[in-house]
Amino acid sequence: MLTNFLSYGVDMQIPDSLLMLIPLLPFVSSLILIFVNPPKKIVTLLGVGSVGCAALIALLFNISLWGQTDYVIKAGFGNWMTIDKLVINFDFYLDALSLVMISIITGVGFFIHLYSTGFMDEDTDYRRYFAYLNMFVSAMLVLVLADNMLLLYLGWEGVGLCSYLLIGFWYKNRDNNMAANKAFLMTRIGDTGMAIGLFLLFYQLGTLNIQDMQTQAVAVWAPGSDLQGNSMATLCCLLLLAGAVGKSAQLPLQNWLPDAMAGPTPVSALIHAATMVTAGVYLIARNTQLFQLSPDAMFVVALVGTCTLLLAATAAMVQNDVKRILAYSTISQIGYMFLALGVGAGSVAVFHLMTHAFFKALLFLSAGALIYSVHHEHNIFKMGGLLKKLPVVAASFAVGCAALASLPFTSGFFSKESILEKIVDSGHTELWWAAVIGAFITAFYSGRLFFVVFLGKMQQEPNHTPTKTMHIALLVLIVPSIFAWMQPQGLIALMPGLPSKGLSDLQHWLPIFTPIAALMLAFGLYRANFFGSELKSPALQSIHQLLKSGWGFDFIYHHLFVLPFKWLCHINRNDIIDLFYRRLEDTARLMHGFVTGFQNGRLRSYSASLVLFCVLAISWVVLK
Amino acid sequence: MIEVLFFIAAAVALISAAMTVTAHNAVHGLLYLVVTMLAISLIFFLLGSPFAAALQVIVYAGAIMVLFIFVTMMLHQGEKSLLEEKQLFQISGSIGAFLLSAVLLVELVYVLAGFASPQLINGSEGYFTIQTITVKELGIQLYGPYQLLVVIAAMMLLSALISAIHIARRQKNPMQADEEGDQTL
Amino acid sequence: MISIHWLLFLSLALFSIGVYGVVARRNLLFILLSLEIMLNAVVLLFIAGSSFHGNPDGQIMYLLILTLAASEVAVGLGLVIHMYRQHHTLDVDKLSQLRG
Repeated sequence: MLTNFLSYGVDMQIPDSLLMLIPLLPFVSSLILIFVNPPKKIVTLLGVGSVGCAALIALLFNISLWGQTDYVIKAGFGNWMTIDKLVINFDFYLDALSLVMISIITGVGFFIHLYSTGFMDEDTDYRRYFAYLNMFVSAMLVLVLADNMLLLYLGWEGVGLCSYLLIGFWYKNRDNNMAANKAFLMTRIGDTGMAIGLFLLFYQLGTLNIQDMQTQAVAVWAPGSDLQGNSMATLCCLLLLAGAVGKSAQLPLQNWLPDAMAGPTPVSALIHAATMVTAGVYLIARNTQLFQLSPDAMFVVALVGTCTLLLAATAAMVQNDVKRILAYSTISQIGYMFLALGVGAGSVAVFHLMTHAFFKALLFLSAGALIYSVHHEHNIFKMGGLLKKLPVVAASFAVGCAALASLPFTSGFFSKESILEKIVDSGHTELWWAAVIGAFITAFYSGRLFFVVFLGKMQQEPNHTPTKTMHIALLVLIVPSIFAWMQPQGLIALMPGLPSKGLSDLQHWLPIFTPIAALMLAFGLYRANFFGSELKSPALQSIHQLLKSGWGFDFIYHHLFVLPFKWLCHINRNDIIDLFYRRLEDTARLMHGFVTGFQNGRLRSYSASLVLFCVLAISWVVLK
Repeated sequence: MIEVLFFIAAAVALISAAMTVTAHNAVHGLLYLVVTMLAISLIFFLLGSPFAAALQVIVYAGAIMVLFIFVTMMLHQGEKSLLEEKQLFQISGSIGAFLLSAVLLVELVYVLAGFASPQLINGSEGYFTIQTITVKELGIQLYGPYQLLVVIAAMMLLSALISAIHIARRQKNPMQADEEGDQTL
Repeated sequence: MISIHWLLFLSLALFSIGVYGVVARRNLLFILLSLEIMLNAVVLLFIAGSSFHGNPDGQIMYLLILTLAASEVAVGLGLVIHMYRQHHTLDVDKLSQLRG
């Protein structure tokens, strides 16, 4: 019956223009929610319904394109701007990559919206929340559907803005605002690089249309062309990478993401785990051909990914806050995606992006349900023994952790195995070892998280039970977290990887047993009451402290950038540039005083100056 | 003879003018000014302009000075005004003004002496025979080519009349009048 | 015989005395008197010119200046009276409300 349905789906033709509705629906809903204040039920209906409809349309596209690999659908709203050679259209472009992305965004997004109706039910700013969230979804859809880099950049900045607004959603707490500012500013650094990269690309290639740009780039900077062209390609790629690094919280701009957990948990699930932070991966995957022109840039991507995944994984090992653990694990998993991109396996990276979106959204949502249930407690050591009290949450958490740890026969296993396999194919053995160690640590902290929260003695009686909508969202997300085993065929066609070299036995079996060994180690340590206990040696304590602060990047940046900047501000308090203008002002004032001295209202001085002028004039005539 | 008369008149004019500008008592100043006018009138006569001399006596030393004297009478308050005036003006306090006008005089003399060069005055070294210009000649000129001038002069007198009446008129409306100013005059 | 040089000198001397009066005096009445002296200096120059060149144009200018002086005195004295009513003094330095 399923095959019947699927074969029917192939025949089904849906109009291309339906594509435009996907970003438009959440956008319109968001505008309505911003400007109109409807009753709460209508807010729910609009907020969830618009994303639901978008998800339905995405599903229709999926069905109609099922089994096809080489497809492109274009739809557009018309011209945005035309400046000489630069023609920018509101055109959307759907291929296998963007289809995967919109499916994730609308699908996962819909369930997170549904979940939010329960989670945010008691919040007074219910309407504002859904307005922001819908705005985010539409901006993200514009990002992934954009036909040209400028429209992509519009979506890119749009999601940045929504991220900022949602991190600082509970704006009455100053820390939340600081976290929002931090996220906004850190990503802005990357975005500036990206903007410069776009200027450079347009200057070099004469177009911003993504597809034209790729073909143009291959023509201009073909392999074996002169060194200058090659370095120009590298430069463009690195500038784009700067944007990706900022958005995806990779080294060295990674430290905004753990703080971004200040926002509501569904926001963390949607924006800071499933979709927005993977925009960087999407950007590089979208420009695969461009990046492949520059092996150096590719290697930098891989290196960034490797360093980030190890750094974030080690930091995640020692966190107490459940959301911070998940945030670091997100950074680490995106590091895997960058690593995959760097070794030229774009399709695998997007596959991992997809499975990660499922299981990380699931993890965040169950973490949200957990926090919701236990007095808004974030510290995992104040939980414990919740397995029996919150069975659905525990089950979904278990699945999420298993997928994160990439236990066999979960979605995370297949995607991570593919990544490891592709690394072997690329011949970077050292990166492979790093990735395996990362996988070990990932499984270790996943186990630690699950055991500490759900096993053992109960510390705190849950005072809420998650609402029905939350349960539905969790249960639905469990399914793809386990069963997303196959990567979409279209992706492989779009981004063919390197030919397979075949794995040695070690390379085949080690990744499978690594997570199991790590989980067993974690369980053993848990039984030995190692987690949460005081560390004896001061050296270990300082290492613990270093890891807990995320390798002290906040400290380094504070001393390297913030303090010098503050110092500069301090010495420039009187505004050095202003000094010139102040002198100018003083001069004008002086001249004014001098001239108004004559305008003193005294008849006698007027007549005296008249006479003086006569005297001087005659003297001048006489003496000349 | 004429020359002697001229020098006497000139000396009287200069001295009385100097006395005018330095006087503290307004009435004294005015009387010195009348003397200046009369001396100048004599010089006009010597220069062969009897009509101008007569007008100088009648209009200047007569009419205009009478106006001045009336106003002075109205404003003069005896010793009080005198003391005030002494505070307002001392010769020692006006050295700047003196120097200024002295320099002006020197320069003007220098320049005008340069203009009145021997070529200009036909080698006569400035001496000239005085021809009397009769009133008849003047009248012919005035009502011939200079008709417009008469009209302009008349217009000017009329406008001065109107504005003088307007300015000096006492404010009828007590609200508009200056509260202190009304009692004094 | 009168030299034109002496006439010029007399006129200029009177004019300078008038200038001195205008600049030095603070009493409005005396400023008006000094103006009269200056006008007379100019008038003298016109009459001298008229005599020297033997034509009546200078005297016609004299007539014009005479009317001018009469008008000026009429208006000026009106202003003097007005000022005295307003300020109870004729000190022109008190009238400095137009200073910049």
